[in-house]
Amino acid sequence: MSVWNKIEGAIKERIIMLDGAMGTMLQKQKLEEDDFRGTRFKDWPSPLKGNNDLLVLTKPSAVEKVHNDFLAAGADLIETNSFNATTISQADYDMSELATEIAVESANIARKCADAWTQKTPDKPRAVLGSIGPMNKTLSISPKVEDPGFRDVSFDEVRDSYKGQIRAMIPLVDAFLIETVFDTLNCKAAIAAARAVFVEVGYEKPIIISGTITDRSGRTLSGQTAEAFWLSIAHAKPFAIGLNCALGADEMRPHIAAISKVANTYVIAFPNAGLPNAFGEYDETPTDMSSQIKPWVEAGLVNILGGCCGTTPDHIKAIAESAQGLPPRKVPDIKSTLRLSGLEPFQIAV
Amino acid sequence: MTQFINVGERTNVAGSAKFKRLIKDGKFDEALSVALQQVESGAQIIDINMDDGLIDGEAAMERFLKLIAGEPDIARVPIMIDSSKWSVIETGLKCVQGKAVVNSISMKEGEAAFLEQARKVRDLGAATVIMAFDEAGQAETADHKFEICERAYNLLVNELDFPPEDIIFDPNIFAVATGIEAHNDYAVAFFEACKRIKANLPHARISGGLSNVSFAFRGNNPVREAMHSVFLYHAIPAGLDMAIVNAGQLTIYDDIPDELRERVEDVILNRRDDATDRLLDVAEKYRGDGKAKAQVVNLEWRQESVEKRLEHALVRGITEFIIEDTEEARLKAARPLHVIEGPLMDGMNVVGDLFGSGKMFLPQVVKSARVMKASVAHLLPYMEEEKKRLGTEGTSNGKILMATVKGDVHDIGKNIVGVVLQCNGYDVIDLGVMVPCDKILAAAKEHKVDMIGLSGLITPSLDEMVYVGEEMQRLGMDMPLLIGGATTSKTHTAVKIEPAYKSGSTVYVTDASRAVGVVSTLLSEEHADYKTKIREDYTKARKAHLAGQNKKARLTLKEAQANIWQPENGWAGYIPPKPSFTGTKTLVDYDLAKLRDFIDWTPFFATWELKGRYPAILDSEAYGEVARDLFKDANAMLDQIIAEQWVKARAVIGFWPCERDGEDVKVFTDETRTVVHARFHGLRQQISKGQNGKPNFNIADFVAPKNDYIGGFCVTTGLGDLGGEDGRVQTFKDAGDDYNAILFQALTDRLAEAFAEHLHQRVRREFWGYAPNETAKGDDLIAEKYAGIRPAPGYPAQPDHTEKATLFRILDATKEAHVTLTQSFAMYPASSVSGLYFSHPESVYFGVGKIEKDQVEDYARRKKMDLADVERWLAPILNYDRMS
Repeated sequence: MSVWNKIEGAIKERIIMLDGAMGTMLQKQKLEEDDFRGTRFKDWPSPLKGNNDLLVLTKPSAVEKVHNDFLAAGADLIETNSFNATTISQADYDMSELATEIAVESANIARKCADAWTQKTPDKPRAVLGSIGPMNKTLSISPKVEDPGFRDVSFDEVRDSYKGQIRAMIPLVDAFLIETVFDTLNCKAAIAAARAVFVEVGYEKPIIISGTITDRSGRTLSGQTAEAFWLSIAHAKPFAIGLNCALGADEMRPHIAAISKVANTYVIAFPNAGLPNAFGEYDETPTDMSSQIKPWVEAGLVNILGGCCGTTPDHIKAIAESAQGLPPRKVPDIKSTLRLSGLEPFQIAV
Repeated sequence: MTQFINVGERTNVAGSAKFKRLIKDGKFDEALSVALQQVESGAQIIDINMDDGLIDGEAAMERFLKLIAGEPDIARVPIMIDSSKWSVIETGLKCVQGKAVVNSISMKEGEAAFLEQARKVRDLGAATVIMAFDEAGQAETADHKFEICERAYNLLVNELDFPPEDIIFDPNIFAVATGIEAHNDYAVAFFEACKRIKANLPHARISGGLSNVSFAFRGNNPVREAMHSVFLYHAIPAGLDMAIVNAGQLTIYDDIPDELRERVEDVILNRRDDATDRLLDVAEKYRGDGKAKAQVVNLEWRQESVEKRLEHALVRGITEFIIEDTEEARLKAARPLHVIEGPLMDGMNVVGDLFGSGKMFLPQVVKSARVMKASVAHLLPYMEEEKKRLGTEGTSNGKILMATVKGDVHDIGKNIVGVVLQCNGYDVIDLGVMVPCDKILAAAKEHKVDMIGLSGLITPSLDEMVYVGEEMQRLGMDMPLLIGGATTSKTHTAVKIEPAYKSGSTVYVTDASRAVGVVSTLLSEEHADYKTKIREDYTKARKAHLAGQNKKARLTLKEAQANIWQPENGWAGYIPPKPSFTGTKTLVDYDLAKLRDFIDWTPFFATWELKGRYPAILDSEAYGEVARDLFKDANAMLDQIIAEQWVKARAVIGFWPCERDGEDVKVFTDETRTVVHARFHGLRQQISKGQNGKPNFNIADFVAPKNDYIGGFCVTTGLGDLGGEDGRVQTFKDAGDDYNAILFQALTDRLAEAFAEHLHQRVRREFWGYAPNETAKGDDLIAEKYAGIRPAPGYPAQPDHTEKATLFRILDATKEAHVTLTQSFAMYPASSVSGLYFSHPESVYFGVGKIEKDQVEDYARRKKMDLADVERWLAPILNYDRMS
């Protein structure tokens, strides 16, 4: 029985735990420009500090430490350190040609850590999700105020860039996590990319999709409500759908509840440790966060829980403990009918 | 009752001639308004079709869909991507984030192509319309229609695992009553096919292009609408789920006259052989003017709950129903305060979110505030009464005192900030303009405010703000001090004000949209962190300022003087033009209508934080609509200002013989050029021009060494009955109408500038008369493409505001133009402009820039003023620290 089959079995019985914030944990290691460069990129012309994904090549021990800390805290699923491992996002560092290598290495490292823990705790198998970030360019929003019809990237370019990332990781990961989606059209390009790669390689891996409600307006950055977002990506038939980032647990709850009601698949949520303070830091403690999230589990809203910005192994541990022994959400039976979406959901009466 | 979906058809080049023309002409902005109008009239999906021989379908589809993505009021509904070309559909699918509907694919090119297209539709996450069309052609009979649909359904579901609920059939609506007998049964065949599809193909939906059915009656809209209505009346129970219709123009079945309805029904249901002829017989009678019914204002929102109605009124700025809605909400609420804390604040939060995310713009927000104030005004008496009864107090997010500092009269920006803060639940105590420091600080204590906001437009106000900061320090106050206004800056705040006020925080606020963020953070729990951050930030700004100070090479005054400006051909052969009179001339009750064409609208829009040049701004994709609304309101008010003489315009101009005297201009009382009447003092640029050959300007340079003339003027449009502009503004404010108050102030400001522009033209053409045939108008005037300049004291070419005193003295401006100077040399009324006229054709505007101590000392000597005084007035342009 594969690791993923076991996860599929476990998710019917209990809340599955995802890991917490890779970025936050790397930040805590106070890495400097030299750490990012390593010896290989000593003379790279552009500054590299902040290119967290690159660490899988230059300082893999830092990434491994984060994975292991989260696995020790009880994560069932860990995300590869590949949020920006696409040709388009790596262009920020003039490293487009390294995108594939980074993606492969991020998957190798996560695989190694997860497998070691699976061996250590065979009754709690650990799986790897290939992290697919939103990219630094958006398909629905113009970067030019004076020309709202302008885009600095095309659908085909985004799709092809994602194809490279997915192709690189597919043999190594258990599933993919298309996350922090703030522009649904980028997500649709990632879905199209995954489908294309599945056809290429001749097998499929599950997809999990997680959007981002940007602020209290209750919309994604590209303007959709949570339900409209779900309808727009439902064709991916995701293993789970949900939300992450931007909001703390309390602010995220109504949107997760909305998705939970309409999605006939598992629901995932990994909020931030509260809203950022004036310095962009997150200050909700593990107890703050777990006490906000526990009622979600009690209300049967979620199947997979984890953390985004500001969440540490202690947060994951606290959330896992608070969910301990509580039954997971039951996937509802949703009647088939024509459902469409713009920024808002639309459905024909059943 | 079955739910029926209206698909808007006006964004279809085949469905709307107007839309087609707009797309062909590349007027996508206007085309967007067609889409918006569809959604507002109730279209639940909008059909977009660019199929036309003269249109590049792929490019037009892509552009239009990308533009729609930026229009939340349109993009909220799903899109139907409509084309007979697959490439256009595929392009469209890659531009929509939502789940769209493709319209359409079919088996006309065989099963393989059909399945390939369907697979792409599925993978890009859309539903699709499938036409009853196969290799043999379009199905006309009920049997053929159903047969094709059934085959397509089975292929999709079995071969592709296509979700059946994402299948929508179009069994072809064809024209009836065409005179061709074979067509008579088309509608009936359609109904029959619908019934069979619904009975046999689970989850599939049915759509159709409704206008086809009435094609035979082109030009007779009343009959067409009746046919559409009757067709739907029968098609919907048969299973039609949606149709492409003009959502704004559907007649209600019961509203069709009996005679017409009966004959239309005969045609649609093919009930008699002579049905077509009988309909033709009466069709003319119902034609009317052939046009469709006029669009009525959409009042559908009135059906919503009172909370939703209040929100709608706030977001849209509609005051029409606000009192009745507020009253309804009040009766429903336990306490009047709950109406404010509940629906009104919810609505304003929506406004705040939209404003914060750039989906609403300042003029709309100010209109929202007007609605809010009207509602609160209605509740106020009930709250007072309750307060008397219960002795309770209302809650507020915080109290902010605002004032324009002593010596300054400009307050449009401050009023805007006040409105925005009030919208966000803050109590604003506005002390108005020209408020002395002690009054500000006393009021701050009396009202126990949480912070003080200072505003100012002219440079001397900067010093006054420093003084307020010093006083706050001295009095041991520690509340935050906010700084804003046109001449203020982060650097000035960091370098001058913050160091003066150490016991509290000083924060520079860039514009109105930032005010709420700053105020709320200062009052939040994170205020301490925020304040520390601001302090660090300003320390950095101070360091950067000091580091940057001596970067630019400066010349000594002597060196700068050596690089004086000279006319191209020198002064030798130059004969200065002589004005038509010397001395002054006063113009009373000047005709405002004459000023209208001289208005420069670009700064007007800037006042409202709408940045962009007029008239292009009216077509701006980002805020063209807002700008147009604002422009309309402005012109309507301008009509009233002019017709009802809300303000009076008055001016004084003068010309005097003069000559350059070193760095100054010596002005004589009369042509004898013996008695010196006044001296205008000039300041010279001291920045090193390097090798660029440009001179170091001083305005005095533009005056000939002898026999020249100089002019001066002072105009105002702020006078009038009821206290002139201030009176009007107060009247609006008292009525809670900040929108019109600000609009009015902005307009009188523009009128004053227009007056200056207009008068300058008359000066060039007649009063001075050196350019009698000048034809510059409109943009050329705004771009100052004419001979001569009119620099104003206190502005870049002569930054010393005190020079205004000299100008006012020789013009006798206070007596003649009724304009006074404050102690900071701001003009009152605020809508006033003054300046000097120079006639030399090569004279230009320039900025003096920073100057050195050698020139300041020289200037003080020339002006016979204390060095310290001069330094105070010239503080903003000193290239050295005057404290040291």
